[in-house]
Amino acid sequence: MAWIAWRMLIGNRGKYLGIVLGISFAALLIAQQAGIFWGLMNMTAAQIRDVRGADLWVMDPNVQFVDDIKPLSDNDMMRVRGVPGVEWAVPFYKGLARARMEDGNFQQVILLGLDDATLVGAPQEMLSGSLSDLDLPDALIMDDAGYKQLWPKEPFQPGKAFEMNDRRGVLVGICKASKTFQTFPIVYTKFTRATQYAPSERKVLSFVLAKAQPGQSLDELCATIKQQTGLSALTRQQFIRKTIMYYFTRTGIPMNFGITVLLGFIVGTAIAGQTFYLFTVENLRQFGALKAMGTSNPRIVGMVMLQAAQVGLIGYGLGVGGAAAFGVFARFNSKLAFLMPWWILAITGAAVLLIVLLTSLLSVRRVLTVEPAIVFKG
Amino acid sequence: MAAETKIDGPAWVVTVLTAPPNIAVRCRGVTKDFGSGGTKVMALRGVDLDVRLGEMTLLVGPSGCGKTTLLSVIAGIMEPTEGEVEVLGADLASMPNGDVVRFRGRNIGFVFQQFNLLPALDATENVAVPLLIAGMRRRKALAKAAEVLELVGLSDRAYALPSELSGGQQQRVAIARALVHQPALIVCDEPTSALDAVNGRHIMELLHDSAVQPDRAVIVVTHDSRVYQFGHRIASMEDGHIISVDDASHHQPAAAAAH
Ligand SMILES: Nc1ncnc2c1ncn2[C@@H]1O[C@H](COP(=O)(O)OP(=O)(O)OP(=O)(O)O)[C@@H](O)[C@H]1O
Ligand SMILES: [Mg+2]
Repeated sequence: MAWIAWRMLIGNRGKYLGIVLGISFAALLIAQQAGIFWGLMNMTAAQIRDVRGADLWVMDPNVQFVDDIKPLSDNDMMRVRGVPGVEWAVPFYKGLARARMEDGNFQQVILLGLDDATLVGAPQEMLSGSLSDLDLPDALIMDDAGYKQLWPKEPFQPGKAFEMNDRRGVLVGICKASKTFQTFPIVYTKFTRATQYAPSERKVLSFVLAKAQPGQSLDELCATIKQQTGLSALTRQQFIRKTIMYYFTRTGIPMNFGITVLLGFIVGTAIAGQTFYLFTVENLRQFGALKAMGTSNPRIVGMVMLQAAQVGLIGYGLGVGGAAAFGVFARFNSKLAFLMPWWILAITGAAVLLIVLLTSLLSVRRVLTVEPAIVFKG
Repeated sequence: MAAETKIDGPAWVVTVLTAPPNIAVRCRGVTKDFGSGGTKVMALRGVDLDVRLGEMTLLVGPSGCGKTTLLSVIAGIMEPTEGEVEVLGADLASMPNGDVVRFRGRNIGFVFQQFNLLPALDATENVAVPLLIAGMRRRKALAKAAEVLELVGLSDRAYALPSELSGGQQQRVAIARALVHQPALIVCDEPTSALDAVNGRHIMELLHDSAVQPDRAVIVVTHDSRVYQFGHRIASMEDGHIISVDDASHHQPAAAAAH
């Protein structure tokens, strides 16, 4: 009977395509939008991810996410250094600066100041120049994407200069950096120099980056730091999660994507459901004949569910495959962020399952109530 | 029919046995109402009828007299409002619905006016459907179906879809489908009325020659007097009653000339 159900389904090519397309559409939209959303959410934490070498981020207890800067004092850093279990602790500056270009235009940049001696938090990969060039006077390193944004057609040459806070800075190198949420160019420099580029504030220490002693439990150390200094200490993963959760819960972004996902779900369900229902209605006589010839109701329902499951599976495959193809394309050809972890596949699968169930519900009702006597009607 | 088709599974358990062994169907006081109150239609008003094994019984009468309704009740796809219906020794009214469905699948073959073939399946596959419903493996069922298709003279169209067959050919496929699982009762509702006279005759000949067996009864609803000659017995209905059951030889004059 499964075989008959399958033949009935593919025998009606137009309807079959319609149903599969409806489900694919929903799956594609859900997976693709969720992928972009998750990519975007992860972008918000890109700068935490780019800082390597430190175990802990120490910050003002009121900081809610990585761009929410509440500066610390030098004294705070000293106290962190004094906490037992801390191997070392260094300053890290992060802020927005206004760069005045040579042509007189202004451009917002993300300014990162690295500890002068250790350069903790430095970019992982230099595309041009080297980290040690930061020793040169007024030296800055810019990220690749930012450089292309400011000088679209010029290959990099050391010596490009601009001013921040009326102080001259000179590009000595180009590095790779993760895409950020704000999409401003990222400028790396040494901490003391960054404090001069920063708009004058009383306190300029954005974060303290700390390393635990070998064998030290990070969670315990976080608790100790909190207890002894009153500051908040988070592991890299914790800070990433906190930042993402902030954007997740405090901004309209999830809502916007959620609406699109919901729309995809509704439209997909409507198309697939309607076509599947029409398909069933068109075949009612056949189902009636099968009933007359001795097919029980449970088996008839089984046939309908099987047909629904089959289009669901194919639609899911096409939709998720399409989303993945889109993701690959987006990664290489645009600034769009796209991530498709397993749970997006699972959520899409659950949505498709729901569509299939909703879709087949009406049809099942119809085939259950069809009288086998229909076969004698002319 | 040469092919013996025994479907695996337990044999049918007979519920009652009051009719003599040569009676396939016994109806006593069968009524059927549709709707209720002012719109109530009394389609059957107390039908008494015996249908014998080894015979083709024609059920004839004016339009709306209740032929299709009676056939549906006999075939177990419609419950009578009142009365007794004994089919092949089984009392359908006392059987749970699931058992009736299984009973139909095992023991009754159907031929419809509108053929009711599955459009997505080819001729052989359509013929195999009752065997598949009974749970036979596909390969075996298709082989059996091919044999029966040959019996109805359609081997050369075995892989044609219903849409690629003429009406007469489609009805042959439907007859093969009704025969394939060797049911003891075959019911046909106006099997020739969608066909022209020549094809109608061929179909009746086929039913007469292949469907009728000593251990099988065939009931054919028709209002086509040109095919009366093929029946052994003619039951005439009027207004929800059986008014007469005649030996078909009474109708021989018109038929003999045509044969
Ligand atoms: N499902 C139904 N609901 C209500 N009335 C019905 C239903 N089926 C049949 N009837 C009525 O029952 C009566 C008998 O119908 P039936 O179909 O048995 O007649 P018939 O002898 O087969 O006629 P025909 O030769 O036109 O096929 C008719 O009056 C018909 O309108
Ligand atoms: Mg009728």
